[in-house]
Amino acid sequence: MSYLHNIGTYFLMIAEMFRKPTKWPVMRTLILKDIDDLIIGSLGIVAFLSFFVGGVVTIQTALNIDNPLIPKYLVGFATRQSIVLEFAPTFMSIIMAGKVGSFITSSIGSMRVTEQIDALEVMGINSLNYLVFPKLVAMMLYPFVISIAMFLGIIGGLAACVYGGFSTLTDYITGIQEGFISFHIIYAFIKTFVFAFILATIPSFHGFYMKGGALEVGKASTTAFVWTSVVIIVVNYFLTDMLLS
Amino acid sequence: MIEVKEIHKSFGDAHVLKGISASFEKGKTNLIIGQSGSGKTVFLKCLLGLFNQDKGNISYNGKIYSELTDDQKRDLRSEMGMVFQGSALFDSMTILENVMFPLRMFTNLSKGEMEDRADIVLNRVNLVDAHHKFPAEASGGMQKRVAIARAIVNNPKYLFCDEPNSGLDPKTAIVIDNLIQEITDEYQITTVINSHDMNSVMEIGEKIVFLKDGLKAWEGSNETIFKTDNEVVTDFVYSSNLFKKVRKMYLEENS
Repeated sequence: MSYLHNIGTYFLMIAEMFRKPTKWPVMRTLILKDIDDLIIGSLGIVAFLSFFVGGVVTIQTALNIDNPLIPKYLVGFATRQSIVLEFAPTFMSIIMAGKVGSFITSSIGSMRVTEQIDALEVMGINSLNYLVFPKLVAMMLYPFVISIAMFLGIIGGLAACVYGGFSTLTDYITGIQEGFISFHIIYAFIKTFVFAFILATIPSFHGFYMKGGALEVGKASTTAFVWTSVVIIVVNYFLTDMLLS
Repeated sequence: MIEVKEIHKSFGDAHVLKGISASFEKGKTNLIIGQSGSGKTVFLKCLLGLFNQDKGNISYNGKIYSELTDDQKRDLRSEMGMVFQGSALFDSMTILENVMFPLRMFTNLSKGEMEDRADIVLNRVNLVDAHHKFPAEASGGMQKRVAIARAIVNNPKYLFCDEPNSGLDPKTAIVIDNLIQEITDEYQITTVINSHDMNSVMEIGEKIVFLKDGLKAWEGSNETIFKTDNEVVTDFVYSSNLFKKVRKMYLEENS
């Protein structure tokens, strides 16, 4: 029953978030701050991880192709497909559930513990609109982060492939251009938008409705990470089934 | 003026407020006192509109809260200031930004005008050089004063304080008490303070409502509390030897 109650509360939270909007000059400042915290602040780790994971995907693909009849350009092809379809949108989102998700839960949870949310409510401010809506708007720039992850993943693969001696630059470039289907990019970005919504709202829910003290803030962050990851994986399955089957 | 009529509030099987009626007058410091678990905080949260009472009603200058539309409730809340027990300052903002916050949300003043207004109230609470500090860099007493400045910056009609002296040394606590009383008188605000600090009761309790087990057990002022023979009140208020002696001396002097 508590799961059903929480799911209901989550959807009520989303409806409430769009009511009684905060004044635009204040909201603009909040959105810019959240873009800085959630998007700009994530670029470094995303770039670092994407580059090296792209390299690892390429090396493993190259090492597993030992049949001389399989063309070398397939390494580039497989790297592109893995990164564009799954690694960048899905697995990067799970990493972001840890980074951005726990940041959102702990920052909102701390405000709950220290009565800052009560202070907003007493002033007649819609605290959900004030706290969660700017994060949702900021996360709509998340596809920009994922396009960087895609680009750097493929570049990382190229570096590993060429400097590791697994194939030539020409073969790799040919591979990443081979059998390109533009809908795969659209599919990846549809997923990314849905994941951005999940990344902004589920951690906010866990922070906003938490009860207790500092220890519970930590527990709420962990719970938020687990549930955000689970929902991303399940939604990923259904979206892939709907869009690619 | 705030009038409370027969309010009840339960949480599951726990009947916390069992029909409390009280009135809190404009320009006076009204104190709600009582033991831990007597229902003070729930009562204050009902007054603030953070909890909806199950029965009874609360009216603010004649307007019954439960009969107001959402927009009217929001407008009424913008006329309330609140000083929380832990100050509840926004830790991502400087002291100046904290004080300017209600002005940013509810007025169309320019940045300069907001800063001027914030300067006035910060000076009023004797905080002159702390504008650009963050709450974490301020002492407990300073944080309380910032919370008071934030609560009064938008000229509220109602000021609520939840344990404003908790965690403060006796000297700072008296400074905060006096500040609240001066502001109440100066701005003619209806102030309601939730406290179990007996010094506050004696210093600024122009009206005192004593709660016990979710019921109003006594009502009076800091003068009548010395004379009352209500055992429930005297057991609580004069539980320390110091206050017993003070009361004895007062009664001997005035007999």
